[in-house]
Amino acid sequence: MTTNEHINSGEWPLWEIFIRSRQGLDHKHVGSLHAVDAQMAIENARDVYTRRMEGVSIWVVESKHIHASNPADAEAFYDPANDKAYRHPTFYNLPDELKHM
Amino acid sequence: MNKKNLLDYTLHLADNALIIGHRNSEWCGHGPVLEQDIAISNIALDCIGQARNFYQYAAQLSVNDTSEDSLAYLRYTIEFKNCLLVELPNGDWGQTILRQFYFSTYQYFLYQQLQNSSDQQLAAIAEKALKEVTYHLRWSSEWVIRLGDGTEESKQRMEHAVDELWSYTGELVQAASYELLAVSEGYGVDLSTIKTKWEEKVRTVFEEATLTLPGNAWMQSGGKEGRHTEHLGFVLAEMQFLQRAYPGAEW
Repeated sequence: MTTNEHINSGEWPLWEIFIRSRQGLDHKHVGSLHAVDAQMAIENARDVYTRRMEGVSIWVVESKHIHASNPADAEAFYDPANDKAYRHPTFYNLPDELKHM
Repeated sequence: MNKKNLLDYTLHLADNALIIGHRNSEWCGHGPVLEQDIAISNIALDCIGQARNFYQYAAQLSVNDTSEDSLAYLRYTIEFKNCLLVELPNGDWGQTILRQFYFSTYQYFLYQQLQNSSDQQLAAIAEKALKEVTYHLRWSSEWVIRLGDGTEESKQRMEHAVDELWSYTGELVQAASYELLAVSEGYGVDLSTIKTKWEEKVRTVFEEATLTLPGNAWMQSGGKEGRHTEHLGFVLAEMQFLQRAYPGAEW
């Protein structure tokens, strides 16, 4: 459905909200809300999710644009990594001169 | 300096903020959608917060046992100095939006100048409140545009709201006696300088909203001098009931 069709059906599309907190480096998903367009989504997010000084930046994405992995695929997707600890960088010997790693 | 006049001027600013805050708070739990219910409740709280700052200052300017609470809860309608616009019933969402837009436009230009008041307390309150009002103005402008330039029904409702509220807008920028004196004493804002800016902003937003600006019409007045519509009595009855029934109640 396009945004206009949503409005005509009396339902506002759903948006996913991401907020960057004062200390945080990246935007974190905080929840979702309804709005007719991106501008309204940002303002609604301001009113719903930043009223207790939670953030300094807002991203909004219409939920339909998020594509998620299927929970049923979990075994095939993630289990094979279980026994491959060598993929962690902890096995490398670092030279003593190298600091802050 | 005339201390009584500074008090009247401060109370006028406080009453405006309190009454529109109370009216907006009536939407809490009744907003058209959850997100807007929260938005209008936030604005209500902002306005009541501004009112508290002004009342606290007014209490300092008053006699001994006057407090922000006694000023808000124990005065009668004729003692309130708010504009008629803010005490009008909410009507539908469009009417509430338009009232907020008219009022926020006024507050925006008012606080901009009040920041430079010779009275430090008023200047500080205005500076703090201006940030909130900037958002109220943005939010209400966008809603006027969305609804005015929206569906057939939303446009019709906005036109109805324009008809209902227009005659109450003149009072916003028409100075009462204590406002004139406040200007001559250096701490008040000259409303004649705001009038043009207010009209310009309203015209710009109405154009985008495809709404017709009413022409010169007869304007209501009296609220600033304590002559109110019958609606204020009902607002106060609800707002003040608890303090009057249980004086000094705490919880």
